[in-house]
Amino acid sequence: MAEEHKEIDALTGTATTGHEWDGLRELNTPLPRWWLWLFYITIVWAIGYWIVYPAWPLLNNSTQGVFGWHTRTAIVADLDELKRLRGSMMDRLAGATVAEIVADPQLLDFARAQGRVAFADNCAPCHGAGGGGAKGYPNLNDDDWLWGGKLADVEQTIRHGARGGDDKGRQGNMPAFGRDGILKANEISASADFVRSLAGLPVEKDADLTLGKKVFADNCAVCHGEGGKGNRELGAPNLTDKIWLYGSDKVTIVQGIQNGRGGLMPAWNGRLSEPVIKALTVYVYSFGGGEK
Amino acid sequence: MTAQVRTMSVDQAVPGTSTLAHLVAEAEVGQALPEDDIPLYAPRRKIYPQSVHGKFRNIKWAVLVVTLGIYYLLPFVRWERGPHAPSQAVLIDFPNRRFYFFFIEIWPQEIYYLTGLLILAAMVLFLINAVAGRVWCGYLCPQTVWTDLFFAIERLVEGDRREHMQRDVRKWTVATYARKGLKHFLWLMVAWWTGGAWVLYFSDAPTLVKELATGEAPIVAYAWIGILTVTTYSLAGHMREQVCLYMCPWPRIQAALTDEFALNVTYRYDRGEPRCSVKKAEQLRAHGERAGDCVDCLQCVHVCPTGVDIRGGANLGCIQCGLCIDACDTIMRKVGRPTGLIAYDTDVNIKQRIEGKKAFYKLVRMRTTFYAVIIAVVGGIMLYTLATRDSEGISVIHDRNPMYVRLSDGALRNGYTIRIVNKQLKYRDFIVSVDGLPSTLIDFVGLPPRADGRQLITVGPDQTKEVRVIVTDYSENPPAPSTSILFRLIDNDSGEIAEMRDHFFGP
Repeated sequence: MAEEHKEIDALTGTATTGHEWDGLRELNTPLPRWWLWLFYITIVWAIGYWIVYPAWPLLNNSTQGVFGWHTRTAIVADLDELKRLRGSMMDRLAGATVAEIVADPQLLDFARAQGRVAFADNCAPCHGAGGGGAKGYPNLNDDDWLWGGKLADVEQTIRHGARGGDDKGRQGNMPAFGRDGILKANEISASADFVRSLAGLPVEKDADLTLGKKVFADNCAVCHGEGGKGNRELGAPNLTDKIWLYGSDKVTIVQGIQNGRGGLMPAWNGRLSEPVIKALTVYVYSFGGGEK
Repeated sequence: MTAQVRTMSVDQAVPGTSTLAHLVAEAEVGQALPEDDIPLYAPRRKIYPQSVHGKFRNIKWAVLVVTLGIYYLLPFVRWERGPHAPSQAVLIDFPNRRFYFFFIEIWPQEIYYLTGLLILAAMVLFLINAVAGRVWCGYLCPQTVWTDLFFAIERLVEGDRREHMQRDVRKWTVATYARKGLKHFLWLMVAWWTGGAWVLYFSDAPTLVKELATGEAPIVAYAWIGILTVTTYSLAGHMREQVCLYMCPWPRIQAALTDEFALNVTYRYDRGEPRCSVKKAEQLRAHGERAGDCVDCLQCVHVCPTGVDIRGGANLGCIQCGLCIDACDTIMRKVGRPTGLIAYDTDVNIKQRIEGKKAFYKLVRMRTTFYAVIIAVVGGIMLYTLATRDSEGISVIHDRNPMYVRLSDGALRNGYTIRIVNKQLKYRDFIVSVDGLPSTLIDFVGLPPRADGRQLITVGPDQTKEVRVIVTDYSENPPAPSTSILFRLIDNDSGEIAEMRDHFFGP
């Protein structure tokens, strides 16, 4: 081997590595000196790195490094730094009720900034980036609230959710009148027409509003109220206004009566910290629909 | 390797010549080697500029003192702005996004003033170039000023040209090393001070000096001091004229911008040639024959900081500093000839004189007029906008989602985020109104009306305030899918107004 290394390529005058592939010989072109030195420095650097930082895995642990740096301590330090940067505002937010937050412009600004981020992370997938909602997911900007739009109501809904299995959560379902055989097809069609008439929407010429009114009074009024104004205790929507969670066309209403409705809002209690829940409450409240 | 190639090529090119003699001769005249043997690398010839006295040297000293004085001391100048702004006359306040320059305060969105300044700087440079060539390079360029200072230190420690050169070629003694060490130490001190002054423009200078001294300053301050120490030391101490010759783009640009009427440091060969000694010139003149004034003393070359022989004509290496003029004038006075053999002049004038015509200088030309007009226009626009700029402003962002909200009674609602800008150094109360919709109600989230029922928005000194505004339209006929509306901001005390257009959307 050693002798092969000394073989000089006649054309270039450079030593070869001794490797040969089908008559092609590899030239042993030395690395530039600066490159070599940088390489040596990186080796020395790496050794220093092993000593300074956690590096080698051991049976139950790993080498700890003389700097005492660790990803877990680092994140604790980062969080402490964040806490320091936020200053006393976070403490004030944690100590105040949502009503107190709304009454204090400075604290409200801070809470809304916190809420904006938390909303984008947790709420926007269903309710939309600006709380605009979608079919089946309520618009949080308008003045129509299924479970109430006062601060305490909003906080309660965020904390315990709706139909999400939480004991304190909002309960109440729209039964599947058609699928469960409670109402016949003609009764469903008639009641759907009647519901549209409640909201002042046009109905079909041959609509049997008399039958619809009777079916409504017998089956629907218990939750939605005699006049269809809804009941927030049960999350029964107001059927007389211009806001429709699923849509106001007859087919959608018929679908709702036939199969029932019951959207699920998760309970965030325990999943989000107390200050974040408060921040979300005032953030949603300040979309514009909040009730006094 | 290079030396080998040179030797071989010279031997081949000029057979029979003494190689060494030829090399020396070649180095003297800078003659090129045969084309295919030109080495890719020309070793630097160290320049030992000689000290010189005279008018232009004095101007250079004055410029050096003034410019460096401004650079090193300006951060310490105070300018009282009240309790809500720093009291440093010139401050680039990155953490708070403000630039302070005496009575001017620039916000980040006004960075176009920097564009204007850069245009002005370029045009002034072009104008200077059209009037008198590269005087920027010779007097004002930081590279020149700091190199000049480093030359002065070098001469102080290692002696003037002759002494320095002799000591360099002799065997180096301990004293030589000591002198060199002292020189580099002083250079590094100046470089370090240069870096130190730089960081003072970015923070309160007296506080930062204290922090730097006690080791409490932010790491970035030390890093920048380090970077500028290295650049100053290497650029002014070691690279010197090479920056001008190889690195700087301006010589190339100015060569394309100049014309025959621009004043240049010019060797008046009509007066200087033929060169001859003082005695020979006297003899020739005694016989009524023509003799040049140039006595070939090479003083002009020896004082040149870039190592140029100005007698060769206009030269890329010449930075127009005029030191050769001072050197030549000194000699001319000694030999009893009129000064100004080298002077700021043009080749046109030399030809005029040779033809017996009157020399002239044409200051007002197409290009000088053009540059002056641009400077006046840009400067005028900047002054006008600066003098008439508003101290308040409003910007409006419509909610992206939802675009509009239908209320239960059918009314339409749009949400906006507005940002109110208060550039004055005091608290101000503003009223915000919306025009363009028949029947509207405006709600400012989290800002209850005052006791007297008025909705005032207070913005802190030199601050902005973001407010969520909800606009509801209650008109019987719903507005068009898009209605243009106007947000109007009024200062409750002074009545100053700022406006911003946006839209109210519907289905």
